[in-house]
Amino acid sequence: MSTETIISIWAGLIAFAVLAYVVLDGFDLGVGILFAAERGSEDRDTMVNTIAPMWDGNETWLVLGGAGLMAAFPLAYSIIMPALYPTVLGMLFGLIFRGVAFELRFRAHSERGRRGWDMSFFCGSVLAAFCQGLTLGGLLQGIHVVDGQYAGGWFDWLTPFTILCGVAVVVGYAWLGACWLVWRTDESLQVRARKQAAALGWVMLALIIVVSLWTPLLNPNFMRRWFHWPGILLTSPVPLLVGLLAVVFHFGIVRRHHLTPFLCALAIFALCFAGLGISFYPLIVPPDITIWAAAAPRSSQVFILIGAVVLIPVILIYSGFSYWVFRGKVQAGEHYH
Amino acid sequence: MIDAFHLARAQFGFTVAFHIMFPAFSIGLASYLMVLEGLWLRTGRQVYLDLFRYWAKIFSIGFAMGVVSGLVMSYQFGTNWSNYSAKAGAVIGPVMAYEVLTAFFLEAGFLGVMLFGMKRVGRKLHFFSTCMVAGGTILSAFWILSVNSWMQTPAGFGVAADGKMFPTNYWQVIFNPSVFVRVPHMMLASYLVVAFIVGAVGAFHMLRGHSTPAVRTMFSMAMWMAAIVTPMQIAMGDIHGLNTLEYQPMKVAAMEGDWEPSGPNGAPLILFGIPNMATQHTDYKIEIPHASSLILTHSWNGRVPGLNEVPAADRPYAPVVFWTFRVMVGLGFLMFGLGLFSLFARWRGTLFSNRLLHRAVFIMAPAPLIAMLCGWMTTEIGRQPYTVYGVLRTIDSVSPIGLPGIATSLAVFAVVYFAVFGAGIMVIIRMMAKPPVVGELSVDPNKPIRTAGIHPGLAGAVPPGMGGASLLPAE
Ligand code: HDD
Ligand code: HEM
Ligand code: HEM
Repeated sequence: MSTETIISIWAGLIAFAVLAYVVLDGFDLGVGILFAAERGSEDRDTMVNTIAPMWDGNETWLVLGGAGLMAAFPLAYSIIMPALYPTVLGMLFGLIFRGVAFELRFRAHSERGRRGWDMSFFCGSVLAAFCQGLTLGGLLQGIHVVDGQYAGGWFDWLTPFTILCGVAVVVGYAWLGACWLVWRTDESLQVRARKQAAALGWVMLALIIVVSLWTPLLNPNFMRRWFHWPGILLTSPVPLLVGLLAVVFHFGIVRRHHLTPFLCALAIFALCFAGLGISFYPLIVPPDITIWAAAAPRSSQVFILIGAVVLIPVILIYSGFSYWVFRGKVQAGEHYH
Repeated sequence: MIDAFHLARAQFGFTVAFHIMFPAFSIGLASYLMVLEGLWLRTGRQVYLDLFRYWAKIFSIGFAMGVVSGLVMSYQFGTNWSNYSAKAGAVIGPVMAYEVLTAFFLEAGFLGVMLFGMKRVGRKLHFFSTCMVAGGTILSAFWILSVNSWMQTPAGFGVAADGKMFPTNYWQVIFNPSVFVRVPHMMLASYLVVAFIVGAVGAFHMLRGHSTPAVRTMFSMAMWMAAIVTPMQIAMGDIHGLNTLEYQPMKVAAMEGDWEPSGPNGAPLILFGIPNMATQHTDYKIEIPHASSLILTHSWNGRVPGLNEVPAADRPYAPVVFWTFRVMVGLGFLMFGLGLFSLFARWRGTLFSNRLLHRAVFIMAPAPLIAMLCGWMTTEIGRQPYTVYGVLRTIDSVSPIGLPGIATSLAVFAVVYFAVFGAGIMVIIRMMAKPPVVGELSVDPNKPIRTAGIHPGLAGAVPPGMGGASLLPAE
């Protein structure tokens, strides 16, 4: 295989890990964000119980994204992390508050303690989601690099665009979370989740449109990709499909399907992600570092590619098995703890 | 000397030291849970199941804290050590990626089934899940220690003109010269951590008069571990020392507090002293003639290195290395003594009645944790001034991040870690303060009673394949 092919495969694999992370941890961060809307202890227990057996596996995709980036594109890793230091650390702090609250909210001895951990769960989820949006936005708008090192200032990442991305990710995750709850809960909780999913869906659609229109303005490369002939042949199906899925989603909600809204939400996330991929390729750190420039030596990439090709399908199988074991509606009072 | 560089080191040291306490606990406890469940399946005795459930609840909290603190670690290579990542990433990045692919996913994938799935899958499949979680923790320890060992004793790589390292032989990278001493030493350390904590919980409940079969069983199991594993650990430590002498002589010199390499009469062992970096001398020495040569070279007059062999800029900061090493070894021998004491009590048939033993075990609970942290500090500070020993200096590894940024984040780390993980540890201690009960529920009877709709007896009692708890009567 040519070195170019291997590098492209790696770019694809890392994109896959990030997408897997975004949709999987996305719905469980979303469940945390929806704590804002659900005040009852029992409903909150049920919500947490829908994700308790899988959150750790979902988060592992984030670790894979980080480790994969370091292994396959060390230069990109070493530029992005310092450049987006505050947003990356913010995300990690959010995940700490949230991860610990998972277990501890069930162990609190007083109502106050429990409220405290619920707060930690909610705030951690929001913070992690918001910081992920900032990180994405910061990357999209470009990083100032001199001699292969980050050369910008402290708050380069903080712009109206990144804040918009932050908000979009929070809303998007909440929406995924609501759709997940429609699938995995029933009775009154499900009814409320459906209302939330419907409302958040519209907001999300609006945010997708704004971000999509704004992104091409950030970088001429993005602009060329989206609006020039013949590239437009490749790119135009993306917004069309998003529109189509939005319609299906709407019917799923109106007809009270259990699973359709969640599947539509996943597909819309995947499409948005594909859209980002179209803008990016072959860049890895906009505005000018490409995947070719950032790639690790061929031997490193081949070594880990062999493992990835064998292991990722195996991982998907046993993770799927775990989801299968915990399938079905989660009822109030059915505590795993 | 407060600059961004030193704060970056402090931050890394602080976060990794917090992290390692949880993995050590998770690695040991996962294996213990596997043994308990295996014994239960084999003998059908209720105590083993009770103990399994009791410790599984504690495990779930420790594990969660291990996961989130570990997440921070994997990103710190980029945030704090970006130059290190740029230069060495191509060599060690793939090894860490293998850790994720083979170990982290395995743990995470089966953890849910192990903790929450007892009623949803058959016993065999459940036991299989427990084994996978335990195996995952061991694999993960192997990989990350392989990375760490490579940083201590690098092999199988080349350095390009731009200073970037590239792999030449992955077999040598992974199985570098010190991996086979570091992995067993750390695994044994994890087992000791858990043996002493489980033992102390058992001792505590016996001292409080709850000498139930479950409490006795755990105490006895833990004491066997303490008695058997501690001598193995001491032997392993000795082997480790020989390896370090061969590959990192300056670290050994710092551990021993030796400034001049030994002459024809061998080197004395400095029991006590304060290495002084300025005068290049170890003050207030108390020595045993020839002992150092004997321990390190297994011969009476063997040659032992001294710090003065290299320029001052290439020496690790000896006082810390010297003392952390002594604390580790000292605690190791104390634990060994305790193991002997337990064997003696067992032989006399007073294992469950000797209150002195119980008190001693209770007090020694943190000893392996402290020894482990001291061991890591010896290892890591003794590696200075390099991140990749002899190849890449720490000062050339750091990220281009200014003082205010690092200082802020370090402060936030300190506050968050102490608050969040402190609270988590308090909860674990509170759980351990309650004795295991017969028919231990996977549900904690003491947690706040949820309002309507609770049927603890039915909780989760859904036959596999029924798709959720649809059997629960509606309110
Ligand atoms: C000797 C063992 C050991 C050592 C030295 C380390 N870890 Fe660790 N780590 C584990 C043993 C472990 C574990 C046993 O696999 C953990 C602990 C508890 C747990 O949940 O998994 C874990 C969790 C854990 C996780 C979360 C995994 C998940 O999502 O399941 C990450 C990302 C890291 N670690 C990364 C690191 C890094 C970057 C380290 C070095 C600086 C490090 N660990 C040192
Ligand atoms: C888990 C137990 C560990 C502990 C308690 C520990 C402790 C420490 C401490 C105290 C330092 C600071 C040393 C100094 O600056 O003087 C340090 C540095 C460092 N360690 Fe470790 N370490 C551990 C494991 C690891 C592992 C597994 C790796 C790599 C895979 C690693 C990589 C590093 C790096 C990159 C530095 C920073 C550079 C430096 O200051 O040397 N550590 N560690
Ligand atoms: C009593 C006899 C012991 C001896 C002679 C001994 C010896 C050593 C040596 C020589 C090192 C290597 C430092 C280096 O070269 O990097 C080391 C590291 C270490 N020790 Fe010990 N040790 C002993 C007991 C213990 C105990 C009881 C524990 C914990 C329960 C422990 C935990 C560790 C750890 C975690 C490390 C760092 C990891 C590593 O490099 O493997 N040691 N020890």
